[in-house]
Amino acid sequence: MKITLFIPCFIDQFYPEVGVSVVKVLEKLGHEVEYPAGQTCCGQPAFNSGLWAEAREVAAHALDVFEGADVIVTPSGSCGAMMRVFYPKLFEGTPRHQQACRLAAKVYEFSEFLVKKLGVTDIGASFSGRATFHDGCHGLREMGIRDEPRQLLKNVRGLELVELDPPEVCCGFGGTFAVKYPMISSAMGESKCEAVVATGADYLISLDSSCLMHIQGLLEKQGRKVRCLHLAEVLAANL
Amino acid sequence: MSTSAQIFRQNATRWAGDVEHRHRIEKALRGYEIKRDEYKGRFQSWAEARRAAAAVKFEVINHLDKYLEQFVKNIEARGAKVFWASDAREAREYILQVARDNKAQFIIKSKSMTTEEIHLNEALQEAGFEVFESDLGEFIVQLREEPPYHIVFPAMHLTRGQISDVFQKKLQAEPVQDPEALTMIARRLMRQKFCRADMGISGVNFGVAETGMISITENEGNARLTTALPRIHVAVMGIEKLVRSMDDLALFLPMLATAGAGQHLTCYNTLYGGPRLAGESDGPVQFHLVLLDNGRTRILADSEQRDALHCIRCGACLNVCPIFRNIGGHAYGVTYQGPIGSVITPHLRGLLEYKHLPFASSLCGACTETCPVGIDLAHHLLQNRRNAVAQKPPLLDKILFFGFKLLMKKPWLYRFGMGMARLLQPLHELIKGTALDPMRPWTKTRQTPKFARKSFRAWWQARNPQS
Repeated sequence: MKITLFIPCFIDQFYPEVGVSVVKVLEKLGHEVEYPAGQTCCGQPAFNSGLWAEAREVAAHALDVFEGADVIVTPSGSCGAMMRVFYPKLFEGTPRHQQACRLAAKVYEFSEFLVKKLGVTDIGASFSGRATFHDGCHGLREMGIRDEPRQLLKNVRGLELVELDPPEVCCGFGGTFAVKYPMISSAMGESKCEAVVATGADYLISLDSSCLMHIQGLLEKQGRKVRCLHLAEVLAANL
Repeated sequence: MSTSAQIFRQNATRWAGDVEHRHRIEKALRGYEIKRDEYKGRFQSWAEARRAAAAVKFEVINHLDKYLEQFVKNIEARGAKVFWASDAREAREYILQVARDNKAQFIIKSKSMTTEEIHLNEALQEAGFEVFESDLGEFIVQLREEPPYHIVFPAMHLTRGQISDVFQKKLQAEPVQDPEALTMIARRLMRQKFCRADMGISGVNFGVAETGMISITENEGNARLTTALPRIHVAVMGIEKLVRSMDDLALFLPMLATAGAGQHLTCYNTLYGGPRLAGESDGPVQFHLVLLDNGRTRILADSEQRDALHCIRCGACLNVCPIFRNIGGHAYGVTYQGPIGSVITPHLRGLLEYKHLPFASSLCGACTETCPVGIDLAHHLLQNRRNAVAQKPPLLDKILFFGFKLLMKKPWLYRFGMGMARLLQPLHELIKGTALDPMRPWTKTRQTPKFARKSFRAWWQARNPQS
C-alpha cells in the first residue's frame, strides 16, 4: 500500500524522531511511504482560536497537497482529528466541502492505521522498562482511538504497561489554551504529572507529541526523571 | 478585555494555584464518578437511554411552541396562574408583585438555579422581604453570602470545619463537626421557618406537557415543604424544561439522578399540578408558574446550538470538566458554571462580554462524552469562539494568525521561518523567564522544547534526494 505521511509542523521541527520512527515501522511492514514536501500545518491553531477564515486558507493548502493521496497517516490524534472531524465543518457551505470530506475519509492516526487498516498489533518491537499511557483527548474522543495503542503496546517485548489513575483525563495542553490560560493549563498538567509519577513508570507514552511537549516541560521543571515518548518511537526502538 | 474576563482570569489563576482546593474537589468527584458508573450500569443500555433522551428533547425543543401551549393550557385548567417572562426583570417584578399583593413577609425557597439566574433573592431582600433557602447546601452558601459553587452541589467546596464555623458565627450553634449533628442544627431551624413562611418559591426540573404538571427532584424533602406549607407557591421554570409525557419522565428522572448525583433515583420526586382544589385539605391556595425566556429563544433561533436547550441541568459536564475541577465553580462568576455555562452564558448575557468562557477550555470533549442528553458541548465552545471573533476580531490574534497563515501557505516561507526560529532559539535562552520573554506564559511552569538539529523534512530530503 502506498502511504502518504502527514508529519505535523511541530513534529517536523521539534520531534523529527517521531516521524522517522513512523517511516521505519511502516517500511518494516513492507509499505511504500511518501512525504509530500509541500505540507506544513493542518491549521488547527487558527481554527481553535476562532479564526476560521485563516484556518480555511491553511487547510485549503493541505487539501491541495494531499489531493492525490490514497491514505494519509499522521502520528497525531489531534491533527488527525482536525483533518477528519473538523475539515468538513470548516469547509461547510464552501466549494471545497466535497474535497474536505474526501480527504477526511482518507485520514488515519498512526496506531489506528496499524491496527484497524493493516490489522497489525504486533510488529515485533522490544523496549524494556515500565511505562504508562496518556490518551490525547482528540484521538480519544474525536477519533475514537482507545484500544489500538494499548494492543500495540501489549505486544512490545520487555515493556510493562501500567494504566494511569484516573485514566482519560486531559493533560491541560489544549493548543493556544496553554498560553492563553497558563495557570489553568499548568494546574491540569500538574494533576497529570502526579498521576504519572504515582504509577512509578519510567516512560510516559502517547499518540500526541503536543500533549507530551506540555507534560515533559512540566516534569522537567519539577526535576522528574520520567521520559516522554511517542508510541512510534517505542515501536521503532529496535529498528 | 471585558470586566468579566479580567475578573475570571484573576479568580481562575488564584483557584488553579490552590492545590488543597483541587484535591478536595477531586476527591469529592471521584466518589461521584464511582456511584454514577454503578447506576449507569443499572440501565439496560445507558447509550440507548442517552439516544432516547436526546431524541425526546430534540422533538420538544424543535416544537417548543406546540408543547408549551399544551403544557400551559393543561396547568391553567387546574387553576394555576401562568406568567410569561421575557427577561429576568419581568420575572422578578411579577414575583415581587405577587408577594406584595398577598402581603407576604417571609419567603422560603427550595433549590432553583433559575431563580439564581434572575437574581431573585437580592431583589426580594431589597424590597424588604425575608428570604430563606431550605436546601441544605443552598442554606449554607446563603449564610456565607456566596453564590452556589455548583449547579447541583452548591456547597461542595466547603469542609465540615468551614460549615461548622459559619453555623457558629451566624446561628450561634455549638461547635460540632459531625455531618449528622450539623444537619440537625439546620433542620431544627428550618422546621420553624417552614411553619412561618407565607410564600414558597421553587424551581422546576421538568414540565410535563400532556398532564400540565411540574416535576421537582430532590433529596431532602425541603421542596415538598416549600411547595405545600405556605399559602402561595411560585414555581420558576425556563421555557426549555419540558418533556412530552409521563413516559418521558420515566426515562428522565433516573437519568437526571444518575448523571447528576450518582443516584438511581433521588429520594423525592414529586409532581405538582396547581393550587389546592375545592374539597382538598392541603396544598397552596395560589399557584403561580413563571415561564422564563431570558435569552433562551436566542439559543432556539441558533440552529447550530439549539441542542444546548436540551440541558436538564444535571451538572454532569461540570463534574467531568478538568477546567472546573481545577478552578472550581466560583471562578466563573456566572450562574451556570462549567461547559454548559460556557456554551449558554454568551447567549444569555452577551457574547463579547463572556467570550472568555468558551476560550478557557482545552476542548478535551469530556463534557460531550458525558452529557446524558447528547449536547455537543465541546464543538459549541468552538462555535462560540468563531462567533466571538466574527463579531469583534481580536487585533493581536489577527496579526499573529495573519503571519501564521502566510507561513503555512507557502512551504518555502515555512522552511525559512522555521530556520530563522532555530537560529534565534539560543537568543531566547538569554531572556527566558525574564519580563522580556514573549514565551513567559509557557516558560514560567514548563521547559521549552528545543528545535531538533535536523528537521524531519531535512532527514527525508537527505534520504530521498530525488523526491
